[in-house]
Amino acid sequence: MTETTTRVEDAARLVDQTGPYFGRFGGRYVPEALVAALDELDAAYTGALVDPEFTGRLAELHRTYSGRPSLITEVSRFAEHAGGARVLLKREDLNHTGSHKINNVLGQALLTRQMGKTRVIAETGAGQHGVATATAAALLGLDCVVYMGEVDTERQALNVARMRLLGAEVRPVTSGSRTLKDAMNEAMRDWVTNVADTHYLIGSVAGPHPFPAMVRDFQRIIGVEARAQMLDTVGRLPDVICACVGGGSNAMGIFHAFLDDTGVELVGFEAGGDGVETPRHAASIGGGEVGVLHGSRSFILQDADGQTRESHSISAGLDYPGVGPEHSWLHELGRARYESVTDDEAMQAFKLLCRTEGIIPAIESAHALAGALREGRRLGPDGVVLVNLSGRGDKDVDTAARYFDLVDADGTAHTDGETP
Amino acid sequence: MSSSATFTAAREQGRAALVGYLPVGFPDVPTSVAAMQAMVAGGVDVVEVGLPYSDPLMDGPVIQRATQAALDGGARTSDAFTAVRGVADAGAPALVMTYWNLIDRYGVQRFAGDLAEAGGSGLITPDLLPDDADDWFAASEKHDLDRVYLVAQTSTPKRLAMTAGASRGFLYAASLMGVTGVAAIGAGAAELVARCREVTDMPVCVGLGVRTAEQAAQVAGYADGVIVGTAFVQALAEAPDPESGVAAVRALAAELADGVRSGSAVRA
Repeated sequence: MTETTTRVEDAARLVDQTGPYFGRFGGRYVPEALVAALDELDAAYTGALVDPEFTGRLAELHRTYSGRPSLITEVSRFAEHAGGARVLLKREDLNHTGSHKINNVLGQALLTRQMGKTRVIAETGAGQHGVATATAAALLGLDCVVYMGEVDTERQALNVARMRLLGAEVRPVTSGSRTLKDAMNEAMRDWVTNVADTHYLIGSVAGPHPFPAMVRDFQRIIGVEARAQMLDTVGRLPDVICACVGGGSNAMGIFHAFLDDTGVELVGFEAGGDGVETPRHAASIGGGEVGVLHGSRSFILQDADGQTRESHSISAGLDYPGVGPEHSWLHELGRARYESVTDDEAMQAFKLLCRTEGIIPAIESAHALAGALREGRRLGPDGVVLVNLSGRGDKDVDTAARYFDLVDADGTAHTDGETP
Repeated sequence: MSSSATFTAAREQGRAALVGYLPVGFPDVPTSVAAMQAMVAGGVDVVEVGLPYSDPLMDGPVIQRATQAALDGGARTSDAFTAVRGVADAGAPALVMTYWNLIDRYGVQRFAGDLAEAGGSGLITPDLLPDDADDWFAASEKHDLDRVYLVAQTSTPKRLAMTAGASRGFLYAASLMGVTGVAAIGAGAAELVARCREVTDMPVCVGLGVRTAEQAAQVAGYADGVIVGTAFVQALAEAPDPESGVAAVRALAAELADGVRSGSAVRA
């Protein structure tokens, strides 16, 4: 048992933490105008968790609509590059809409209906959460507006079209850095104005209480399934679980069921961009400091005055200058470890999975794959590494094609030259 | 020094007070301070010194653009104290209005100390709830500073009472559900003020959506203070040069002060 996994034994069960605080992190830093809506949401969600009708309906949607339980796939050809350790992927990429985001969205959309609200709004970076929200809104007959930074609407044009096909209105955000954080500001402003009929469907384990705990609870099914699948197929729990961390919802989702399994190391991989030693990264824990952003206290990227610093990542979904408060707490407790993966490392892992396994991962998830290569090499042939493959890479084909020089400057594909 | 003396004095004159907001550093620090002093010369009783923040989620497009321009121009937290000194020199109470991370980062005790030393009256905190503010309560008590929290139409009676109990100086009633400078003041504002009166004797000021003398007059008929922000920022932003911007701010202040007096007369 390692140093990082022994301290936990003194504490109460980590899975029982429900907010509003995770240690000194979390809370509610919001305009008073939103408090009533947050209290209403808290009551609705707390009630729903123990309401058999709600949990039954959600379970049915998981089974018949999203395609749960998601598979576990062992990737032995990929694992040859990971020190010979066994590597298994939790296939959230196979969910309807192509990522783990649907798990949270279906839960919150059902809650929206239950609260009698008719409209949902959402922020999105890569577009995965926006697409998932637009999908759930179409399914449940809710009006839907998605805020997306103008920079992201450009780099994720296909997902913009996808959301519009699903009937959502996409509003490009032109303020600030025109990325995910600004989309979140704009969604908050909409919510303050329209809170009577609107639910703000936050896509990550960030934001004011109860969002971090609620989104985690809707995502924890990933870990609950994976834990049973590991016992079933491998006969034991993994040594290490790897997940990418932007806001951190897929990571909390897979970590949570293992929090009190002290023999399982939990490792979150933040977007290192050009490197955490440079100004261009999105590693809030690895390269940030404690502050308040978007309604809660956590590690954030900020300057000497507390102004939010712009984040950078090749992955739009990780390009966020904050992280969920529960991750900050797990970091401070030493229960989870957080490292960073640069753009280049992530893209090499992206390519490797494509070539060795025939699976195109989301660039977000490629950060976890790069981490798995490191962890596998550290553990050697006896090690077992579980990776949360949080999304599929269809949306990233354009970015990857440019990165690997498969297209001309105008976007036309060429078939000459070396394959990457 | 608390701003409450100013509200008491206005009350004794049978009128509401006029509260004006401008962000420090827009279009540059000296001009912003001159504009704040011009507000006071024009008839503003209390000045809200806005400290620009990168993620102003309570602000509409006009204030967003101005505060972003201020940040792009290099505005720093310490500039707020420069502005506070300027306002205090002009003879009006100055309260800093900003988002919590900047105070948190500066250090709550240190900020309170430096604000008091600059002659500031207190702090308006749009994204801090009294539920989460023990360290600010202690620091403001120690340095005799106002704690101004917001209340909204969605605040329950219990939260109104709790927030009023935690406040010092005055209570800031958000006139509408929304952000600064987008919609005009709604019918719910008077009702919210009436609900505040049931739980506190503290002055109640109304902000968000007040931009004309007519609206100021209307609010002065039932509130202790009328808060105007976006209209001042716009006056400064639309001027062809800093000098005429400062003059426009002063003229607007005079207009709004007349409005407040005429509306208060109706009340009296």
